[in-house]
Amino acid sequence: MSTAEVTLPRGRAGASALAKVWAFVRRHVLTVYSLLFFGYLMLPIGVVIAFSFNHPRGRFNYTWRGFTWDNWLHWNSVAGIQSAIVLSLEIALFASIAATALGTLIALALVRYGFRGRGTTNLIIFLPLSTPEIVLGASLATLFLHSASYGLSIPFGFWTILIAHIMFCISFAVVTVKARLIGFDRHLEEAAMDLGANEWTTFRKVTLPLIAPAILAALLLCFAISVDDFVVTYFNAGNRVTFPIFVWGAARVATPPQINVIGTAIFAVAVSCMLGNVFIQNRRSKGA
Amino acid sequence: MGFAFLHRHRGSTAYLLLAPGMLFLTVFFLVPLGFLAYQSLESGSIDFGYAFTWSWHNYSGAISGYGKQFKRSFAYAGIATVIALLVSYPVAYWIAFRGGRWKNLLLLCIVAPFFVTYLIRTLAWQTILSDNGLVVRTLIDLHILSPGGRLLATGTAVVAGITYNFLPFMALPLYVSLEQIDHTLIEAAEDLYASKWRAFFRVTFPLSLPGVVAGTLLTFIPAAGDFINAQLLGSTTNHMIGNVINSKYNELIDYPAAAAMSFILMAIILALVLIYARAVGSEKLTG
Repeated sequence: MSTAEVTLPRGRAGASALAKVWAFVRRHVLTVYSLLFFGYLMLPIGVVIAFSFNHPRGRFNYTWRGFTWDNWLHWNSVAGIQSAIVLSLEIALFASIAATALGTLIALALVRYGFRGRGTTNLIIFLPLSTPEIVLGASLATLFLHSASYGLSIPFGFWTILIAHIMFCISFAVVTVKARLIGFDRHLEEAAMDLGANEWTTFRKVTLPLIAPAILAALLLCFAISVDDFVVTYFNAGNRVTFPIFVWGAARVATPPQINVIGTAIFAVAVSCMLGNVFIQNRRSKGA
Repeated sequence: MGFAFLHRHRGSTAYLLLAPGMLFLTVFFLVPLGFLAYQSLESGSIDFGYAFTWSWHNYSGAISGYGKQFKRSFAYAGIATVIALLVSYPVAYWIAFRGGRWKNLLLLCIVAPFFVTYLIRTLAWQTILSDNGLVVRTLIDLHILSPGGRLLATGTAVVAGITYNFLPFMALPLYVSLEQIDHTLIEAAEDLYASKWRAFFRVTFPLSLPGVVAGTLLTFIPAAGDFINAQLLGSTTNHMIGNVINSKYNELIDYPAAAAMSFILMAIILALVLIYARAVGSEKLTG
């Protein structure tokens, strides 16, 4: 085979290289397509990251004008951006903890216990996931608007945003923890109880550590969804400004590159957390 | 099994676990839907306030005044869902069947872009599709777009944005259902002389249907209510019903009209989901 290749004239060698590439592409169509797909997925992210280093002229950050570190060094030099980020992080922290706690309890009840009203419970968990965000936002805002006429005035602001975020995060937490509980080996708990552990000890020492990764995953998921949410928040924020609301306002009048800086930073933190989770899972599955 | 208090009060423990979360969802999800329904039948004005008057004309007014936006919402959402399905199925298949030990990392790659704030991602598409951006210039050079043609402020850009923004909702359920397929079934089909394509269409694809159903619903429902893509990538001629609801509620303070439109949106979605469930078999919806 190698002698045949050596005797080929030069032009044919070029053609055969092309043919080889073509043969490779044909054999790996799916792989090539998938890589293109990932390129498409990452394209806007590349733009966001690149334009965080842009030195724009004028109010909008749409065309490349040259590289600068300034936006990163002065990430909070745009009026209102820092307080918006702080508010978003506060809300996400409290909302993810509350929603994960409530969701974990619901998941435990759904997987572990037979009780009347299961179907209804499942439906009420499923409904918020399948309702358009704009309807979730408008209906909750309507509740708060009407609250005054029932002698219980809830002004729009921090608390209404927090309530909104807990509301749409609960279902995600339930689904995440439930998935882990279903694949859970109950013999481990029975073994602990056979060895004399009481129920609370069993829960603390066996159940909780085993579902801890799912609880952590739910926390991270809820945090990510909360930080990202615009629609429901917009309806229930009053005059408070979260980071997405800040971006929305900016998109109308001026988009400072600092928006890209924060977007990139959130992306980097989230991806690091996910990578960490993947590695821990891989190590665990190797250890098991 | 589980807890001792459970052995004694089997039922009540479950309810104790459920109570706080379900109470929260009842007060802040179900009750608000009731308030929205109530509000959709109010009439009045911003200046004098709104009062409940069984004003059904909010509904008829919404349909006659904004039928176009309703139709456009479902058309855009439908097209985006179909494209998302076609585009992400091969990738979900590739990860499930060829991913090997890279599966988790590849899934992370699918989810990762969505950790950039939704609005910022959409603004990035604004940059990519902008009038003197690379995409538009290439399309003009290829004579696909006429000189001076644009992508921004067109329905194409809105559909492209929706497709991109909801891709993981399609790709992840597809992956989950493909991943669970027992490979020996496909091998059996091939042993019985089915060609690769035939084996795919007779065995693999039908087995992945639960993922197809879940993915299309998870993409279509939020897409139909979306207004961010139409706002940032389209013009007023591309506005969807979400844009109308948003401006009625937050800018014009016409709560009853916005509430009525929200209910019509939900009703149409529900009807479409039921028809769809009929067509593909309802057990695939829940399973």
